[in-house]
Amino acid sequence: MAGPKIKVVIAKPGLDGHDRGVKVIARALVEAGMEVVYLGLQQTPESIVQAAVEEDADVIGLSILSGAHLTHFKRVKELMDKAGLGDRLLTGGGIIPTKDQPKLKELGVGKVFGPGEDIQNIVEYIRETIQERRRTEHGF
Amino acid sequence: MKTANKKLWEEKFRKAELREADFSSISGRPLQPLYSWEDLTDFDPEAKLGIPGEFPFTRGVHPSMYRGRLWTMRQFAGMGTPQQTNERYKFLLEKGQTGLSVAFDNPTLYGRDSDHALAVGEVGKTGVAVDTLADMERLFRDIPLDRVSTSMTINAPAAWIFTMFLANAENHGIAFDKLRGTLQNDILKEYIAQKEWIFPPAPHLRLITDLMAFCADHVPQWNTISISGYHIREAGSTAAQELAFTLADGFTYVESAIRAGLDIEDFAPRLSFFFNAHLDFFEEIAKLRAARRIWARHMKEKYKAKSPRSWLCRVHAQTAGCSLTAQQPEINIIRTALEALAGVLGGCQSLHTNSMDEALALPSEKAVEIALRTQQIIAFESGAANVIDPLGGSYYLERLTQDLEDEAEKYFRRIAELGGMVGAIEQGFPQREITRAAYEYQMALSRKIKVLVGVNQFVNEDEKLEIPVLEIDESVERDQLENLSKIKQRRDNSAVRSSLESLKKTASGTGNLIPHLLECARVYATEGEISDALIKVFGEYREQPFY
Repeated sequence: MAGPKIKVVIAKPGLDGHDRGVKVIARALVEAGMEVVYLGLQQTPESIVQAAVEEDADVIGLSILSGAHLTHFKRVKELMDKAGLGDRLLTGGGIIPTKDQPKLKELGVGKVFGPGEDIQNIVEYIRETIQERRRTEHGF
Repeated sequence: MKTANKKLWEEKFRKAELREADFSSISGRPLQPLYSWEDLTDFDPEAKLGIPGEFPFTRGVHPSMYRGRLWTMRQFAGMGTPQQTNERYKFLLEKGQTGLSVAFDNPTLYGRDSDHALAVGEVGKTGVAVDTLADMERLFRDIPLDRVSTSMTINAPAAWIFTMFLANAENHGIAFDKLRGTLQNDILKEYIAQKEWIFPPAPHLRLITDLMAFCADHVPQWNTISISGYHIREAGSTAAQELAFTLADGFTYVESAIRAGLDIEDFAPRLSFFFNAHLDFFEEIAKLRAARRIWARHMKEKYKAKSPRSWLCRVHAQTAGCSLTAQQPEINIIRTALEALAGVLGGCQSLHTNSMDEALALPSEKAVEIALRTQQIIAFESGAANVIDPLGGSYYLERLTQDLEDEAEKYFRRIAELGGMVGAIEQGFPQREITRAAYEYQMALSRKIKVLVGVNQFVNEDEKLEIPVLEIDESVERDQLENLSKIKQRRDNSAVRSSLESLKKTASGTGNLIPHLLECARVYATEGEISDALIKVFGEYREQPFY
């Protein structure tokens, strides 16, 4: 596969301790050959975007089972745009009602995944999105 | 020694063509195709089973079990504002529920006020927001607290949420010794699984022993702690890990209370347990039976408790939220029914059944009513409550019960090598064991080794959601913030300041903190103000992220 390793910053924003899913995903992405920086719990949109800048991440992934997905995704996206990371993929998962998904899409958030999603689909989605982006940017 | 018959069967089984399937338990436990008396040659029924209500309580904690009294049907509920939750409680009581159980929102669980920076977007979302005594007043309005038992799922700030509850009872003229209920108050499983902490372990353990001492004197009918495996299991542990880590947490509380100078006969009868009732039917029944046997043996033999009441592992069970699916949510009713039946056959004292919409949102009224009705069908129609420990003596079940006990003992030895549970937690041992088990299960689903109906097999393509889903309106957060700011203006702020000062002073010393926390609650100090005052003395806990 061409190009450097895909770098993913993953975090749990706010006061949400449900970290079973996020840790499974982090490990699955590593096994799939990506570089993962897991920031852990109680992160703020500011701390997440700052880490993404420092790490020059290709992807920011948020895990949210607290019902605060609209608040957090919106704020993280705003800060990403401000920090010049507007072209990076913002994705995530958790308990996110179907009816909120169009709103997230409108904000510029990529696909969000719910309970029962096959991990391989998540890995493939991230890989394909980043490879597509790299192809467009580098013209090959 | 095997009988000729067993040998004959083995012969026939070897020749049989088997399905392509995984025959291990949901925890990955290898299982034999058949169990018979040859599997129980080391099993002494007198010593291992005894009789119900007697040591080692394998068959149940009461001599009469469900013929004497059914389990308490206790649905965990909380959402939005205290008023909304109060309405839900009245609805549940009207439908025949026999106990209350409060679900708090994330900010409350972390000891933060609704106006804290990290609380944005989370107020009232996954439980009810409680900031001050005023919210507690609204939450329990018109509910007779001396006649209904109340369980509160709160841990890190348990002591001061409880003093708000006490202050409310006091204002209604209800004596503390009339109050019945349970405080979860189990901080160790927070570090292990649920991740809602404030301070490092030592000050949290002090608050727990302070509360045990206070309740022994003033609130004698209150269960001061509900030692919880539920969240450990939800975080992805196996059944054996849930059993072992929960009981090891329990031993740690016992040791910490003994060190603090408490008499074991005073506090041990008020310890209670909370286990998951997961999908693997027999493994779950065996787990609850093993829990009772292990706990009784350790309390009697290791900790030398004399009163049989100090040996009892009384259990609240909840069906497994993590087993429920967002896909085809109606079929979750069936999963929950099987899990609840396992809880009952395992001899639980109270039970929560999850609603079919668990993986989507907080339960709608319709969903929670069906969940409660599921318990009522088991209690009144199925016949499961007619006979005590009806599966006792089953070759398979007794083998499983013993195997789980042995596995738990192996974990206890490992934890002891790591310096006890606090040391093990600080070294990340239980956390890593659980994380590994969770990953392995997820991979087994991904590879279709394990089946989840509607998710990796029997999938309905393009399915449409056909059940109502509860939404928490964004106005909840606004209302809660408004109420909080009104209270801050209306209360006697100098009384708040001085009560927080005296709390800090006691925290720096060794006195019991509960009377000071009660004083803070009475003058409407907020949950977050109390947390902040104590953080100044105790510091904050941080977890090193890992996966």
